[in-house]
Amino acid sequence: MINKDVASISDAVADIFDGATVMIGGFGEAGSPVELIHALIDQGAKNLTVVNNNTGSGEVGLAALIKAGRVAKMICSYPRSMNSTVFPELYKSGRIELELVPQGTLAERIRAGGAGIPGFYTATSVGTPLEEGKERKTFGGRDYVLELGLTADFALIKAHRADTHGNLIYNKTARNFAPAMATAAKVTIVQTRELVAPGGIDPEVVITPGLFVNRVVTVANPAHESALVAAGVSYP
Amino acid sequence: MASRVAQDIPDGSYVNLGIGIPELIAKFVPEGREFIYHTENGLLGMGPSPEPGEGEPELINAGKRQVTAIPGASYFHHPDSFVMIRGGHIDLCVLGALQVAQNGDLANWSTGGPDAIPAVGGAMDLVAGVKSIFVVTQHCTKKGAPKLVEACTFPLTGPAVVDRIYTDLAVIDVTPAGFQLVEISPGVTFDYVQERTGAPLLPIASPTA
Repeated sequence: MINKDVASISDAVADIFDGATVMIGGFGEAGSPVELIHALIDQGAKNLTVVNNNTGSGEVGLAALIKAGRVAKMICSYPRSMNSTVFPELYKSGRIELELVPQGTLAERIRAGGAGIPGFYTATSVGTPLEEGKERKTFGGRDYVLELGLTADFALIKAHRADTHGNLIYNKTARNFAPAMATAAKVTIVQTRELVAPGGIDPEVVITPGLFVNRVVTVANPAHESALVAAGVSYP
Repeated sequence: MASRVAQDIPDGSYVNLGIGIPELIAKFVPEGREFIYHTENGLLGMGPSPEPGEGEPELINAGKRQVTAIPGASYFHHPDSFVMIRGGHIDLCVLGALQVAQNGDLANWSTGGPDAIPAVGGAMDLVAGVKSIFVVTQHCTKKGAPKLVEACTFPLTGPAVVDRIYTDLAVIDVTPAGFQLVEISPGVTFDYVQERTGAPLLPIASPTA
């Protein structure tokens, strides 16, 4: 019987190991799986490589994971944001590595990784400093650079509704990177507002089919990062 | 500037607006035209800011500000959003600039300073993939240095990508011959604009009789 429901959030992240590559969904606070990230902080895994569009804000969620010293390297497109101070400070003092990737290239690298495609050519970054070290090739008179697919050991994502088979739908712009990350990670861990029985989501509207999902944990009232930051919360 | 740009956008265009002055363009849609706004974090059919207290943290734009969705809007994930951008399906992108060179090179993501935290977001994807690239910017920096230059000194966002520039002084096309003046702001002379431009300007052709 297939049932991906995990009773506790600490069980859901228990096997994330030191040195793991972890994709974390979200664009700014939209779609950020704050409770899963906090569970990962409690769990203690360190020396992580984290893939996310940003680097969090305030001292909660991803920023708190970084502040706790658990992240050795960030792969992201925009490591500056409103209320983002944790990453800049560590970066300037050389205590965290950054791989800066254009946002569309980041999305496509994750998509390719999930699709078993090791690399692809794109015009993005041609003639810019971010082309450095990459193979260039001409197709039809236009130059492109080779980018590599990106995979991960784990993905932490946030859904609006899940069923026990792992089928997912999202809420508005909280979808962003999550569907691609779910395909690119060996183990995809989902926090969902609602968990329903199979059949509780119309198959016509499923965004992430259940085979991409390994574990689902219910967080009925997830915190919004901006509300935590406004309240001055610092996790843990 | 924003209202001037809006006049040049054809009815029915799918448009991506950058952060800052470009965002203001949505307030100046000419009567009888409809534009659909794309925001790269996964929304086509972006509407105006929500009324105070009615915003949602999970409905935001690429600048991470809360927005609304118009009737007929759609949500999608990041790979699809950048299929729209990189696949050439978006008609127009309006961006800010640090520098634009006379060959259309754009620098708008980093000053390259040793202390700067590099952050690129979707800018390189937009300039590489969107059909037309408009730049909206003050003609000069706050210190008075020209932003329209012979060659960019800041790191490039993309080479030879800009089609048209709107500043507080003029509208300028990027052409194979260089910066072509298209329109000059009221009360401003050619010499005044040229003195504040770091590359030669081609004057507006006199109307032939």
